[in-house]
Amino acid sequence: MSARRFFIVGTLLALAALSGCAIQPWVKPYERERLADPIMSFSRGSLAEKHNEHVRNVREGARGATGVQGGGCGCN
Amino acid sequence: MNNHSLTTRRQLLQASAGTALALVAGRALPAIQPSATAPDFTLRTMGGPNMRLAEQRGRVVMINFWATWCGPCRQEMPQLSKIYDKYRGSGFVLMGVNVDDDVRNATEVAAKLAVSFPVLLDTDKTVSKLYDLTTMPSTVLVDRDGKVRYLHRGYLAGYEDTYEKQVRELLK
Amino acid sequence: MAAIERPFSARLFRRLAALLGGVFAAAGAHAVDLPEDRAELLYHSYTGGGVTANGPALLVRKSVMDKVSLQGSYYVDSVSNASIDVVTTASPYRERRTEYALTADYVYRDSQITLSTSSGKEPDYTANSFSFDVSQESFGGMTTTSLGFTRGTDTVGKHNSPEFADTAKHWQYRFGVTQILTKTWIASANFEAIADDGYLQSPYRVARVFGAAVPERDPRTRSSRAMKFRLLGDLGHRDAIRGEYRYFWDTWGIKAHTAELGYSRYFGDAILADTYVRYYTQTHALFYSDNAQQETTYVSRNRQLSSFNSIGLGGKIAYTVRKVPGRYEVKLNGGYQYVRFKFSDFTDVRTGNLYANNASVLQMFVSATF
Repeated sequence: MSARRFFIVGTLLALAALSGCAIQPWVKPYERERLADPIMSFSRGSLAEKHNEHVRNVREGARGATGVQGGGCGCN
Repeated sequence: MNNHSLTTRRQLLQASAGTALALVAGRALPAIQPSATAPDFTLRTMGGPNMRLAEQRGRVVMINFWATWCGPCRQEMPQLSKIYDKYRGSGFVLMGVNVDDDVRNATEVAAKLAVSFPVLLDTDKTVSKLYDLTTMPSTVLVDRDGKVRYLHRGYLAGYEDTYEKQVRELLK
Repeated sequence: MAAIERPFSARLFRRLAALLGGVFAAAGAHAVDLPEDRAELLYHSYTGGGVTANGPALLVRKSVMDKVSLQGSYYVDSVSNASIDVVTTASPYRERRTEYALTADYVYRDSQITLSTSSGKEPDYTANSFSFDVSQESFGGMTTTSLGFTRGTDTVGKHNSPEFADTAKHWQYRFGVTQILTKTWIASANFEAIADDGYLQSPYRVARVFGAAVPERDPRTRSSRAMKFRLLGDLGHRDAIRGEYRYFWDTWGIKAHTAELGYSRYFGDAILADTYVRYYTQTHALFYSDNAQQETTYVSRNRQLSSFNSIGLGGKIAYTVRKVPGRYEVKLNGGYQYVRFKFSDFTDVRTGNLYANNASVLQMFVSATF
């Protein structure tokens, strides 16, 4: 009996918390000035990055998850 | 036991409905609603003097929010200049609200793009917040009575035709 | 299409949707831009451990009708190989690899779809691959989720051995999330699983068993996973700092850690400089041995599969030669990297000591965005 009540109160609290907790994007589009700068991108998308990736794939055993989109070279 | 479970079930139902309603109403209404009065603001223009939205009552106003670091904004500006030049004589005003942190960037880009309409400076983003912008660029069309009629988010090539159509409609 | 007067039902939906963490609430007409048009001409060079590989590369990207962006690239590697493997077990050789790639990007609202295909050819190896990537912005443009898939097919040959022919197939699955944390910090997490099937070794490389040279035997399958976390922050003085860590593990027993720390800064209006340090360490593959003391099904003396670590220090400079905002920008770029490899279980048979070598990577290119 008290367990049921506890469950109901708990659910209501959770729902109430959720209602106050509708997360809005906290960085607005007009606040993205710094993020729009090329210095703030993970990848500048150049051939040079692709070359670095290729060198590392050949010289190291690890590969993948680099964020550089590549095909396979698999050169021996 | 029976009595108790009935009360509990009803309570639970009421509470869920109440919470659902709270959830629905919980989000504050966005500041910009079509047919609502456009929130008034006063900003300094690049030329120097202040410009106030409420003073434009009686004219059709297009408020365009832009920034130098936003590619589509820069693409849109020359199109807006054309529309401004074409209809300014008929009671049309274009307010280009810039949201750059550094005013010098705005001045430089506005000059390079040969912008013909007034550029207002919203460096502390108060007007952007007031208008609850969700995209850059954003364009708001306000009719002669100061009511928001159209709201455009973003810019793609071809939007300027829609802008022109709507401006002509509001100018009638 | 532009968002015009919204009917009541649409407004209610958006209000309800807003409660789902604001995921849909901030949907705009479009939030993703097509990649910029650009052209690049690169000269690249790798020198290290007796190997030199250099050549030109060219990239051109152009958007078509504001909907699709097409990119073509051409890459040449002229390899002159006198590495320790080659010198001690064979004779130095030269060969040339050429790679063509074609990519198409399509943007629709908050999504970007990328299709790409590439083909690389050298006298004894051809590699073809096809990729499909989708990336989606959500949560007011603060979160970007991406999924990708690549399928590769290789044909392996051997110099002066027309009877030798084999194939290798590769599958790559990628998943990534980039999240804007604050106005000045972003983070990303990437995961990639790669599966290989077929001839994964080299027909020229030998392993050493009881001191004798034996052609190497690698497994015909390999399955690997990699996880990478990155953080990038604007420091407020026209500079940024970046850190990343990747953990790699596979069915060959290799476990590798990669850590990189980088710093970028603008100098004046025209110069962007980057500097970084990279540390890499890996443990050897299960069947790797410098000198196997037992007969095993698989054996390899490929130093790329041994236990080693490397430290690299690099720098890049981009100098803007000419810029017309909103129209075009031309830059001269240079990059140099110095890497030191130290092997823990690979010996230089000429001296009997553990092998170590340095490598230099040089890149010089002209880039234009328009």
